[in-house]
Amino acid sequence: MTALSYAARDSLTMLRRNLKHAQRYPSMTASVVAMPVLMLLLFNYAFGGALGAGIGGMAGGGTGGGGSDRYIDYVAPGIILMAATSGALVTAVGICVDMTEGIVNRFRTMAISRASFLTGHVVGSVIQTLISIAFVIGIALLIGFRPDANPVEWLAVAGLLALVTLALTWVAAAIGLMAKTPESASNIPLPLQFLPFMGSAIVPTESMPDGLRLFADYQPFTPVIETLRGLLMGTEIGNSAVISLAWCAALTVGGYLWARTAYQRSARR
Amino acid sequence: MTASSTSTLPAAITATGLTKSYGDKPVLKGIDLSIPEGTVFAMLGPNGAGKTTTVQILSTLISADSGQARVAGHDLVHDADAVRAAIGVTGQFSAVDNLLTAEENLLLMADLHHLDRREGRRRAAELLRRFDLAEAARKPVVTFSGGMRRKLDLAMTLVGDPRIIFLDEPTTGLDPRSRRTMWEIIRGLVADEGVTIFLTTQYLEEADQLADRVAVLDHGTLVAEGTAEELKRRIPGGHIRLRFADTAGLDVATDLFGVAAPDREALTLQIPSDGGIPTLRAVLAVLDDASIEPEGLTVHTPDLDDVFLTLTGHSGSGEPAGAAKESIR
Repeated sequence: MTALSYAARDSLTMLRRNLKHAQRYPSMTASVVAMPVLMLLLFNYAFGGALGAGIGGMAGGGTGGGGSDRYIDYVAPGIILMAATSGALVTAVGICVDMTEGIVNRFRTMAISRASFLTGHVVGSVIQTLISIAFVIGIALLIGFRPDANPVEWLAVAGLLALVTLALTWVAAAIGLMAKTPESASNIPLPLQFLPFMGSAIVPTESMPDGLRLFADYQPFTPVIETLRGLLMGTEIGNSAVISLAWCAALTVGGYLWARTAYQRSARR
Repeated sequence: MTASSTSTLPAAITATGLTKSYGDKPVLKGIDLSIPEGTVFAMLGPNGAGKTTTVQILSTLISADSGQARVAGHDLVHDADAVRAAIGVTGQFSAVDNLLTAEENLLLMADLHHLDRREGRRRAAELLRRFDLAEAARKPVVTFSGGMRRKLDLAMTLVGDPRIIFLDEPTTGLDPRSRRTMWEIIRGLVADEGVTIFLTTQYLEEADQLADRVAVLDHGTLVAEGTAEELKRRIPGGHIRLRFADTAGLDVATDLFGVAAPDREALTLQIPSDGGIPTLRAVLAVLDDASIEPEGLTVHTPDLDDVFLTLTGHSGSGEPAGAAKESIR
C-alpha cells in the first residue's frame, strides 16, 4: 500500500473513533444543537414581533424580506449559521481532551500518518456540525420559515455552510491544541459564537451605531449571512458571495497552518 | 540472564551522549546506553531525574538536543518511522481512550497497525484473555480501576507485536496486588516472546525483581550501572530503629548498644543491621536483659534512598513517598 493510502486509512480510523465518541456521548452534540434552536425559538416567538416591526418600519427596509409578520424569514439564515459556530466548540474540546489525556502521545509513537489525528477530528466535526445544521434548518421550517430557494440555491446553501464549517473547524482545532484544559478549550471559542449577533444575523447592520456598523459590515459572518439570506429568501447578494468564499478560504488555510504548527510544537514540550 | 551472556547479543538500544534541556534547565547531561536484545533494562531514579525524558527521546516523542541513538537498528532522527514500527510505549499516564470500551481500544490499535479485520479481532480477543480483561471487554474504560487501565494500556502496546517495549513507571500508583500482576506480565513477555524491555522505576525492588541490568539516573547523569546484585553490594546494610517513650530509656539503650547516635528529638535510636532474624533476636535480648521496653521497632531494608545516598552523597528524592519501605514487625 502506498503512503497516501495509509494516510487515508489512518485518517478513516481516526474519523471512525471520533464518530463513535459522538454517537456514544451525544450530550455534547445535543447541547451544541440546543443553543441555535433556543435562539431560533427566542427570536421568533419572544422578540420576533418587536424586531420584525422595527425592521419592517425602517426606511428602505427591504432587507426584511416581507415585513413584520415574517421576521422568522429574516432571522433564520443567521441562526442556521450559529449552528456552525457552536459546532466549532465540539472540535476544540474534543482535541483538547485527547491532548491532555495522553492518548495523543501513543499515536505519536506509532508508525501512523502524522496528519491522521487532526484530519480525523476535523472531518468528524464537519460531519457532526452539518447534521446539527440540517436539524436546525428542520426546526426553522417547522416553526414557519418559508424560504423560496430552488434546488440549485439549496445546493449552494449547503456548499457554503460546508465551507464555513470547514473553516471554523480548522480554527477550532488550533484553539483546541493551544488550550491547556478542556474547560478553556470550551470557553475560548465563545466570542466566535457571538460574532453573528454583531453582524446582520438578528438586525440589519444599517440599524447599528456607526462604529459597530463598520465592524459588522466587515467581519466575516455578515457576508456569509447575507449570501445565505440571498440564496434562501431572494434578497440582494451583491459581492457578499465572493467575500464569503474569500473569508472561508483564508480561515481554512490559516486555521490549518496554525493547527499544524501547534500540533508539531505540542510534541516538543 | 547473566551479564556475560548478554554482552554477546546484538544491541536493541544504543545511545551516546544524549542531552536535553528545557529552557536553561538541563534535564539530561549526556546519557550513554547499550541494551542487548531480549533483556530487561531498568532505569532507576527519583522524580525529576530525567527518566521520562529519556523514554520520550528513545520513543521518538521528542528530540534530543545532542547525541545519537539507534533503536532496533534504526537511527532515531533519520528513520523515526522505522523505530516507531518496532517499538511499543506504555507511559506513566495511561494512554487509553476513556470513551471507548476495552475491546474498541484494542481494535483501534489493530486498525492503526493496519491489521486486517479478522486478525485484529483475533489479537484483541487474545490480549483481553491474557490480561484477564475479557469480562470487562465491553465496558467503557472510564469505569476501569487503575490496575485495569494499566493492563489495558500495556495490552494496547502489544497489539502491534513490538520487539522493544518502553515502560515508563509501569507500576507507580498501583496497589501491591496490581503491581505483582504487572510484574508477572512483564516477566512473561520476556520469557515467551523474547522482547527487549526498557523500564523506568522509582523502586529498587521493582528493578531487582525484573531487570537484568539496572542504571541509576540522578539529575540527568547515569551514576551507576550494573546488575541489581552489584548495585546492592555497594549499599550498606539496613538498620533497626528503636523508638522510646522517654529520654531515660533512650539514654540507657544508647549506652547499651553504643553504636549509633540517638535522635533525641524523635526519641529514636538506629542500630546498623542486616535485617536478619538473628540480629533482631540479639537486639531484643539485650533490651530484655536491661528491662527496657521500646515503644516501637522498625526494620529498615536498603531502598532507593540508600542507593542514592551511597552513590551520590545526597538524598535522591524530595518526595514524601521517598520509596522507603519499612516494615513494622
